[in-house]
Order: sequence, then C-alpha cells, then structure tokens
Amino acid sequence: MTRYISARLVEAAGLLLVMSFAVYLLIGLMPGDPADIMIAADPRVTSADVARIKALYGLDQPLWARYVSWLGAALTGDFGNSRLHLRPVLEVMGPFLANSLLLMGASFVLSVIIALPAGIYAAVKPHSKLDHIINLLCFAGISLPAFWLALMLMMAFSVWLGWLPAGGIATPGGGGFLDRLAHLVLPVATLTLSSIGHYTRFVRAAMIETLRQDYIRTARAKGASPARVLWGHALRNALIPVVTILALSFGSLFSGALVTETMFAYPGMGKMIYDAIMGNDYNLALVGLLFATLVTLLGNLGADVAYVGLDPRIKLSTGEARR
Amino acid sequence: MTLLAPLDIAPAERPARRFCKRFLRHRLAVGSAALLALLALSALAAPLAAHLLGQDPNAADLLSRLLPASAMHPLGTDELGRDLLLRLLYGGRVSLAVGLAAALVAALIGTALGLIAGYFGGWLDAALMRLTDGVIALPLLPLLIVLAAVDLNKLGLPAGIANDESVSLYRMVAIIALVGWTTVARLVRGATLSLRERDFVRAAVATGAGPWRIMLVHILPNAVSPIVVATTLSVGNVILLESVLSFLGLGIQPPAASWGNMLTNAQELIWSAPLLAVYPGLLIFATVIAFNFLGDGLQDALDPRAD
Repeated sequence: MTRYISARLVEAAGLLLVMSFAVYLLIGLMPGDPADIMIAADPRVTSADVARIKALYGLDQPLWARYVSWLGAALTGDFGNSRLHLRPVLEVMGPFLANSLLLMGASFVLSVIIALPAGIYAAVKPHSKLDHIINLLCFAGISLPAFWLALMLMMAFSVWLGWLPAGGIATPGGGGFLDRLAHLVLPVATLTLSSIGHYTRFVRAAMIETLRQDYIRTARAKGASPARVLWGHALRNALIPVVTILALSFGSLFSGALVTETMFAYPGMGKMIYDAIMGNDYNLALVGLLFATLVTLLGNLGADVAYVGLDPRIKLSTGEARR
Repeated sequence: MTLLAPLDIAPAERPARRFCKRFLRHRLAVGSAALLALLALSALAAPLAAHLLGQDPNAADLLSRLLPASAMHPLGTDELGRDLLLRLLYGGRVSLAVGLAAALVAALIGTALGLIAGYFGGWLDAALMRLTDGVIALPLLPLLIVLAAVDLNKLGLPAGIANDESVSLYRMVAIIALVGWTTVARLVRGATLSLRERDFVRAAVATGAGPWRIMLVHILPNAVSPIVVATTLSVGNVILLESVLSFLGLGIQPPAASWGNMLTNAQELIWSAPLLAVYPGLLIFATVIAFNFLGDGLQDALDPRAD
C-alpha cells in the first residue's frame, strides 16, 4: 500500500514537472512580456533601459533557461512575486483558496445531499414517472451553460426581485454572517445546478448495476426485506464508484468554478487564475494552474485509496490498468 | 443442376433495422434529432435570411440600437443596432461548425491513439495511457484560456495567417480537440484490447494481415458504436466550451457572431434589454441538451447488451 502510494506520488510529481514546463512555455507565448508591460506603463523608458530591464529579469535568456531558473527557485519554495498583487504568490493564494474551499464545500455537500437520494430512487424504480423526470432534470443541468445560468439567476434574484446580492463576497464595510451567506447563495446555486446532473446520473447507474448482481438476488432469495437489501447490501457497494467520481471531481472543482466565480466576482481560486492569466501575472497563473493540477492528482489518488478501503475485493498494484 | 441450394433459414433481424426500431423508441432522441436538423438548416439558411431582410449581421447601425421586434427586425436589434435574429442564425453556424469539427478531430485523434495503444500494448500502451491520464488531470478551462490567449505571431506563424479574421474559428477547433480526445482514446483502447483476442482477429493475423490492416479493417469497424456515442455526447460539451471562451472574449472574435460572444455584453444590458441575454443562452442550452439526448438515444440503440 505504502509502496503503491509513493509510486503514484512520484508519478504525480513527474506530471507536475511536465505540466509546469508546458504552461511556462505557453505563458511565454502569450502577448506581451513583463518588460513590455513596464515599458508600456512608462513612456520615458528608452531602448537602453529596455535591454537593461530584460537582462535584469533574465528575459534576454532563452525560454528554457528561464524555466530552469524558475524551477530552481520553485524547488526551494520561492515561487516569485505576483505582478498584480505585488506580494509572494503563495501569500497571495491563501485567502483565495479559503474562499474557494467555502464555495466548493458548500456546493459539494449540497450536490451530494440531493444527488444521492435522487439517484437511488431513480435506480430502485427505473422507468417510473419520477425516474423520467429526474433524468430530464439531470440532462437539463448537464446542458446548461454555467455562465448563462449565473446570468439568469442574477437577473431573476438580484435585478428583478432584489433579494440577493449580484456579486462579491460581502457588502463593503458592513456585513456579518448573514451577509456572507447571502453572497454565497447564487454562486453555490449555480455550481450545484451545473454539477448535480452528473452526480445523480452516476449514482443511478452505479445503483442499477449493483442491483443486478447475484448477491443481491441471493439476499432477496434469503428473504431479506427490500429495505434491508437496499440499505444493507446494495448501497455500500454502489457507493464505491460514486466515491470515486466524487473524489475525481473534487480536483476539477478548484478550476471548474472559474466561470461561476468570475461571473459573481467571487474572489476564489478560479477567478484568481483567470485574472492572473488575463493580467499577465505569470507567476501567479503558473502556481494557480499547478495547484489545481496537484489537487486533481491527489483527488485521483484519494479515489483509488478509498476504493481499496471500501471494497476488500480490490487490491492495488502499480502499473496495472487502473480503470 | 444446383448442388448448393440457398439455405432456408429465417434471417435474424438486420442490425440496421434493429437499430432504427430501437432508436425510434427513444422519443427524446428522435425529437432532438429533429430539432438539430432544424437548427442546422436555419444556420445554413442564414445568408438567405440576411438577403431577404436586406441586412448585414455584422454592420453596426447606431441609430437603430435596441429596437423592439418589428417586421424589419423579427427579434429586434442588439446594442449596436444589428439584427438579433440574423446574429443568432450566424452564431449558430459558428457554434455548430466548431462543435462538430472539434468533436470529429478529437474523435480521430482518440481513435488513432486508442487503436495503437490497445493493439501494440507494452511500453507504447503504458506511455499513451500515462499521457491520457495526464491530460485528464489538467485543469481544463484555465488551460484552454491560456491556449486561446497564446499569441500566434510568437508561435512563428506568418502574420498573414496569424492575424486573419477566421483564425479564431480554427484555433477554437484545434485547442478543444487537443484536450478533448481522452474519452474516445480510452474507449477505443478498451475495445481494442478485447477485440485483439477474438478469433476473427487471430485468423486475420494467421493469414498474414499487417498490423495496420488489422486495426483499420478488423478492429475499428467493431469499435464504432462507442466512438459514435462518445463523439455525439462530446459535441454538446464542445459547444459549451466554445460558448464560454467566446463569452470571455477569447473565442470567436467580434464582429463575427457566436452564441457565446453575443452574451459578453449582456450582463450590462440586463436592465435595458434582458431578452438579449435570454435568446443566445436558450439556443446554446437547446443545442447542447439535444446532442446529449441524441447521444443517449444512440447509446441505448447501439448497446449490444439491451434485449
């Protein structure tokens, strides 16, 4: 087990390394470089100054050399300063991360609370009227463009009804707990509505698959009550793939909320990454993207480990096909 | 004299017929197919509509901003005085074209990689699947934003191409296909792994068929169903991605219309012209859900396990 986990961690580190190089290259290909931006900000800068600034920041070096020196610093824990926030990037990231965790956690819990019973019910009574309605709603949720959903919710609840704030995290100056909560409602609703369809369909499929198994028939044949079969025998097994999909999606939540956070001006990781990319804040964008990848990889690993914990039939082995 | 009379066996139901019968039972999928056909037709007819209305969908007319619906402007005009219906039709061309093209290119990449990984196995398989796992783990949307923002001039493309107006369309197709092939690759690899061991493939190997012939002639046709289903489902996803990138100003560049970039300014116009924000979103929603229902229907109709 320990060996398996350490092998996977080494693999994840390798992927992060490749990813950091690729993103570094791509960011180097985006319009403008840090020196150009400084020059654009100050008309008195001469071409001699430009050369000096470029040499000072190492921008006259080839891209790979710049990457190597970035990597060298990064390995000692120095990820550079954020251009937009003028502070070390790790320091900048903290509050954004906390905001994201709050938003994600709330919407994650809400999605699971709704998706589990809905999916289980649909699986127990397949092709019933309610199953069809649940299925229809799932497809609607999956197919809604999140940014448009956010726009419509804003239009309905902030502009027309005036019940909820349209964006931000708290009313400037004022605001206690209820104010924070009111600012969370619309972003959480948007995220929940756009992720719940996937979850519900997945729960339903996993449950139906489980209910087809021989041991369920055996349990029924022994005379176990339908409730006992469902909760005692089926649920635990059906939850295994569900746990996987939840763990897998948890990583993407960090960057996946980019649109929702941007729409509602909610200062989370997604908006931070977006603003960093748009604002030529290379160091921050790079670290934000790498962090999102790291969380996804750890989520994958967590899913595999949870698999073993929940299902004694599964043994881990490195290298073998994992899914 | 006939030595071999044709055997008189009741033929099994032909696969094509069985497929049609099962697909037609899926009413939502049939309705979706009809809706998509309608959307495609009206998108194709966009130049005709422009001709009939005598308007240019991209030319601003500041004297007729935000007009209500009238005979000349069936759905009214937008914040720059352009006909909303025409822009919706032209936007549909973009969304459907990008959706189909990117999904097809992604399917092509995925099929090729999946076949190669599944058939040759060994280190090639391991390397390709690691690559797939890696791409799946990437934060999709931020990465697409970076890719959409890359300066094509710096990439060394000739200025004539890099600054061309239609390049944003090809760029959307390319970058979405670049990250969207993983599902098909995994499905095809899985199918290839099991088909490789089947008798008819072994027979083909025994008769001396080369690896490419076996992959393309013997394995691929038997793996078509999951590819078709996954590709149909991915069209909807691609349209969602294109719309969000265009909405953020990184996809299809104005003045050309796309359903996504038509919503870019909608946020500021919520008070004065709420309908401007409703129509494009509804069309995205309807198109995406139709592709999803269609994929679902195809899956049911093609599933060999069903009845």
